[in-house]
Amino acid sequence: MLEDKDRIFTNLYGMDDCSLAGARRRGHWDGTSELVAKGVDAIVDEIKKSGLRGRGGAGFPTGLKWSFMPKGVDGRPRYLVINADESEPGTCKDREIMRHDPHTLIEGCLIAGFAMGANTAYIYIRGEYVREREVLQDAIDEAYGAGLLGRNAANSGWDFDIFMHHGAGAYICGEETALLESLEGKKGMPRMKPPFPAVAGLYGCPTTVNNVESIAVVPTILRRGSEWFAGIGRPNNTGTKIFAVSGHVNQPCVVEEAMSIPLRELIDRHCGGVRGGWSNLKAVIPGGSSVPCLPAGLCDDALMDFDWLAEQKSGLGTAAVIVMDQSTDIVKAIWRLSKFYKHESCGQCTPCREGAGWMMRVMERLVTGSAEVEEIDMLLDVSKQVEGHTICALGDAAAWPVQGLIRHFRDEIEDRIASKGSGAGAQIAA
Amino acid sequence: MRRQFSVNQPDGFEFTPENLEWVRGQIGKYPEGRQASAVIPVLMRAQEQEGWLSRPAVENVADLLGMAHIRAYEVATFYYMFHLEPTGSVAHIQVCGTTTCMICGCEDLIEVCRSRIAPSPFQLSPDGRFSWEEVECLGACCNAPMVQIGKDYYEDLDAGTFGTILDELAAGRVPAPGSRQGRFSSEPKSGPTTLLGFRDPLIAANAAVAKAVELGDTLGD
Repeated sequence: MLEDKDRIFTNLYGMDDCSLAGARRRGHWDGTSELVAKGVDAIVDEIKKSGLRGRGGAGFPTGLKWSFMPKGVDGRPRYLVINADESEPGTCKDREIMRHDPHTLIEGCLIAGFAMGANTAYIYIRGEYVREREVLQDAIDEAYGAGLLGRNAANSGWDFDIFMHHGAGAYICGEETALLESLEGKKGMPRMKPPFPAVAGLYGCPTTVNNVESIAVVPTILRRGSEWFAGIGRPNNTGTKIFAVSGHVNQPCVVEEAMSIPLRELIDRHCGGVRGGWSNLKAVIPGGSSVPCLPAGLCDDALMDFDWLAEQKSGLGTAAVIVMDQSTDIVKAIWRLSKFYKHESCGQCTPCREGAGWMMRVMERLVTGSAEVEEIDMLLDVSKQVEGHTICALGDAAAWPVQGLIRHFRDEIEDRIASKGSGAGAQIAA
Repeated sequence: MRRQFSVNQPDGFEFTPENLEWVRGQIGKYPEGRQASAVIPVLMRAQEQEGWLSRPAVENVADLLGMAHIRAYEVATFYYMFHLEPTGSVAHIQVCGTTTCMICGCEDLIEVCRSRIAPSPFQLSPDGRFSWEEVECLGACCNAPMVQIGKDYYEDLDAGTFGTILDELAAGRVPAPGSRQGRFSSEPKSGPTTLLGFRDPLIAANAAVAKAVELGDTLGD
């Protein structure tokens, strides 16, 4: 188990002073100018060596992402954009950073901005997080007042501004190019890539979009060294990670733990166990709504990291663990996700716009059992026609939960259809 | 989902002088010529002033930001937080309905809305004071089920505690937001399993609740 001395977010629950003074007492903003003085190459190299992988879901190496920013100066401004649009169902981790440990993010923005040659950061927070936005703005104002932002920020020799920006209730804006469109004042519809944001992002300028947690861990990694961070977790899956465990556990909670912690240890140690005991577990969605579920049988030995979960055809995603006990109607639980994706599809690509609604309607009938058995394979087939055929990953995200359900719970779907008798017929679905 | 402007529209819309000043400050966050970036925050301020988002308000915002009206219509109809029809004059209740909240009992909360406010989402209660809708994941899953009312999150609810909140609102009071199971924020209910040495006994509420109580503007100014 991770010890408190190795936790980065020591005010995760907001029980300590959230102000700058409190943050300083907990070790943040300590020697920031010396960290910046290491220079761009040394900072990027240190982050690469730490093994930090993006905390927003895709797990792309953060240091490598920064190094995609063009070398040299071409007269265009550069931007760091923080993706604080936390909307993946199950995920409530960045909220705790922003409202309770905001200075980790602000200090991280300065260092990351310097490392990629950006003098400006925009933090794009979801519109519903009104108080989180206000509290984070207070922290930014406090940092300006103390000379930690603005001209020669924190005596680093680097000029740096941070602006808050917010959305208005669109999950798709968590996709980085949709986020940039939204930040430019448009509908949040993803852009084709290439060009990638590092080449032409916000206002056509070089831009890097990073998740809140990815940036907020950076100052501590630099202060304590990449070896420390890389020493936690398994190779290629390093560091500490904030987990959000929700659903049928006795005590749902957000907690920072070591990457690669066994799922059972995470649930038993911090969440008071599965409701009704471990044997009452039915399934777990280990990384937010987009990743396929794991049936109980795979949960006994599950490790909570990118590679182990990918080997099981699931994923760590945002490390939002949704636990479902035996009382759960798993078909209905996944149907609700299909409804979510249908609601949130931006409508730009036909396979996603039409497919998400189609999958939801078939799932609706699987919930009641009023379908034909052949429709299960038809649904699987349609999900494969959505997956990989859209501009962004929302199409994939709509397909994967359905595929996971059919892979692991086909028996249950078939039993339900059988007990209901002959259904409405496949023609209706098509 | 098809979203259209209400058939009943006011004759016009003007920001209050204070809000207009605020709008100018927002535009200053973005580079010269990129004032359209401010469209979402500015539309949101118009909605806060009016209670909902009318077509004249959207056109007014478009003119302020130098945008073609159609570009602002697109934004207003794309993002779900913009209410294109009037909502309850006291409060619009947004119940999170996505999977974690669903398996933790949000259907009970929706039932309370149906029986106490109106049978259908976005339908005004008979006295016009309340309306409700089911929204997608609000990002407070470790405190499920939960609802958003105005600017705030009410968490760890059940039908009884949610009903009490509605009673309070109907009586003209605004209860403090946050957990209804006595939790501080998102720690385990029986107390944190970590960070035991990082507690300041003088801090009475989490930062979101403290901000709400300080400003007292859950339902608007």
